[in-house]
Amino acid sequence: MAGVAVLGIGAKPVLDVLAAGQGEVAGSFKLQKGEGALNAKQWAMVIDTRKVEKASDLEPMISACHKIHNVPQMENKNHEIKWIWEEEYHYAFPTATSRYMNEHAEHIPFLVLCNHCENPPCVRACPTKATFKRESDGIVMMDFHRCIGCRFCMAACPYGARSFNFRDPRPFIKETNKEFPTRMKGVVEKCNYCAERIAVGKLPACVEASNGILTFGDLFDPNSAVRELLKSNFTIRRKQSLGTEPSVYYIV
Amino acid sequence: MLELALKGNKKYFGWITALLVLVGIGFGAYLNQLGFGLGITGMSRDVSWGFYIAQFTFLVGVAAGGVMVVLPYYLHDYKAFAKVTILGEFLAIAAITMCLLFILVDLGQPMRMFNVILYPTPNSVLFWDMIVLNGYLFLNIVIGWNVLEAERNNVHYPKWLKPLIYLSIPWAVGIHTVTAFLYCGLPGRGFWLTAILAPRFLSSAFAAGPALLILLCMIIRKVTNFDPGKEQIQSLAKIVAYAICLNVFFLLCEVFVVFYSQIPEHMDHLRYLFFGLQGKSSLVPWMWTSMALMVLSIILLVNPTTRKNENVLTVSCLMVFAGTWIDKGLGMISGGFVPSPLHHVTEYAPTVPELLITIGVYGAGFLVLTILYKMAVGVKEEVRS
Amino acid sequence: MSDKKIFLMKDKNIFLIKDKKYIIAGLAFFIALFTFPFWYNSGKAAPGPEIKLTDMAKEAKECVMPTAYMRAEHMQLLDIWRQSVVRNSDNIYVNPSGKAFTMSLSNTCLDCHSNKAEFCDKCHDYASVRPYCFDCHIDKPKEIK
Repeated sequence: MAGVAVLGIGAKPVLDVLAAGQGEVAGSFKLQKGEGALNAKQWAMVIDTRKVEKASDLEPMISACHKIHNVPQMENKNHEIKWIWEEEYHYAFPTATSRYMNEHAEHIPFLVLCNHCENPPCVRACPTKATFKRESDGIVMMDFHRCIGCRFCMAACPYGARSFNFRDPRPFIKETNKEFPTRMKGVVEKCNYCAERIAVGKLPACVEASNGILTFGDLFDPNSAVRELLKSNFTIRRKQSLGTEPSVYYIV
Repeated sequence: MLELALKGNKKYFGWITALLVLVGIGFGAYLNQLGFGLGITGMSRDVSWGFYIAQFTFLVGVAAGGVMVVLPYYLHDYKAFAKVTILGEFLAIAAITMCLLFILVDLGQPMRMFNVILYPTPNSVLFWDMIVLNGYLFLNIVIGWNVLEAERNNVHYPKWLKPLIYLSIPWAVGIHTVTAFLYCGLPGRGFWLTAILAPRFLSSAFAAGPALLILLCMIIRKVTNFDPGKEQIQSLAKIVAYAICLNVFFLLCEVFVVFYSQIPEHMDHLRYLFFGLQGKSSLVPWMWTSMALMVLSIILLVNPTTRKNENVLTVSCLMVFAGTWIDKGLGMISGGFVPSPLHHVTEYAPTVPELLITIGVYGAGFLVLTILYKMAVGVKEEVRS
Repeated sequence: MSDKKIFLMKDKNIFLIKDKKYIIAGLAFFIALFTFPFWYNSGKAAPGPEIKLTDMAKEAKECVMPTAYMRAEHMQLLDIWRQSVVRNSDNIYVNPSGKAFTMSLSNTCLDCHSNKAEFCDKCHDYASVRPYCFDCHIDKPKEIK
């Protein structure tokens, strides 16, 4: 109210407008989940790489995500922001690579994103709990309001899944999705397992656009679709030996 | 006692003005950074920490190095250091001030910095770093001020100060250990994931800190009437000698572990630093220079003839400072981020605005140092007369 | 030693007496400078902000909470909302009268109050407040027919 103070003795009209009803109490409000919201104890994703042949199979998933989340296309590669993207096998799995490999796996692009680990080192590192593991569903979330931009989480992530806003991203967003906020400069961002879509009963955008390549479900529910896939197929995860327990599984 | 820093000759005020100019330039560059974002630096998605954090890491070491004059005097009654403990404590204050400023200029949202206090997170090492750094700053301010005030009035410092002084000794080791823990607990960064990181940090701290202290003592001797003393400088030089030997030894241990085990993932970081990786090799000349400086300084410091010669000693201390600065500042940070967790190589070099802000912070730190040292020297000259 | 102290205090006293007129002049200038806004603006009160409601808002008659509460505490309410949506995954707000709303600044608040420039900005500009919410949350101005 500094502005009000400077306006001098004639502040009465302002106070009338702004401060009336100071005594109103919020009463008892309730906060609850939407009726259609999807529920899980630990969301997980299974990527069936056998169904991938070329880069264009993965493009719809990447552009679906980046479009609805207002992920900017930065000019300077150093400042690039990506929530989900593709890598060759030996970049995605640098500790599980061989010189002589299955031809299919050697040549197709692999989809990489935040693994929403069960034991995330980025959450351990964050000094303000701006990144945190949601107790309700296991999603490793970003609270952009609290992030101080120290980038400790970026140093901690073993998967390079996080991006930093080195400058204001708004000029670089091609088409703004007005239903989802943009971010501001100086905060870290990453995939959020489409928490806002899950809350209204929809699957993550990449899953919906994946044409069956991606399956999304509750890792802790023995009857879920992801558990069925894990039971019947051999899967690998990125840097498994680090104990981060990533929740993104790859059928190879 | 601050009024002692307000009196001085033309050279003194010329130096202060020069420092203020540097601070002004840095501040202007920082305003530019606040408006544009951290994109004006050379940092990238792959190398997300750069020059600022590198300087912070190095200067925590310099601050901890101040304990090397406090410990012998207060714990082991090494009377020779009586006159110089205040110099170590004031150096620590200036160094910590610079550390905190570097952290501040590195933040993407500095106006939210109090979130670290509003939402305390004990599982985060950064939270503890904030606590120990500010605690050490507070300790040194209280201890330094009271000890100097007591010296000025020719009385013994108050009794309640003794436990604080004793506390500051393990605390100094603590600040650098916690800073090392920032790095060595991250599972995704193999170059830093080593138990020897904290000992290595401490050894380079105890080399760089006292080396800088020696250089400052020589400057004080030249521009004021206060002489810290030949014996004191020689004792400090011996400490630097042992510390720099340890630092190079620890480095060689790392080299052995990595290259004898032949694990590609571990070798890649040192390969990048010393030989280049995937065709990128901008740090290679810097790293070899750092090695040469440190090895040469070992030879000159261990040999008593060259150590006792104060001209050669000045050069050795400069070499130690420069060598450890490159090793910890450039080498350790970039080495950890390159190659990235996905094995891509993105090189890093600071930009001009980044360097201007860095110079501004150094200017601010040296301003604090100058004022505090002027105060200390002023008291000593006053007591003598 | 105590001689030194008395000498210093004496110094301070001499300083005070000699510079009395400068100190008083300085104080007077300082007080005048810092009360400048008050006596310069006396009697000239700027009128309070006039905010316009959209048709959608007028139809709804009441906001998420009673108008008086919203005026005074919408910031706190938004804080509760963001805590709940981002950190607790609950996104439905049931107000004390039982009406349910989706907690979203862009999609609920700004959907109804789609005239940010004539609604939100009016009071914010008047009170010289610059909330940084709009750096990220997008306002969606509706077409003016």
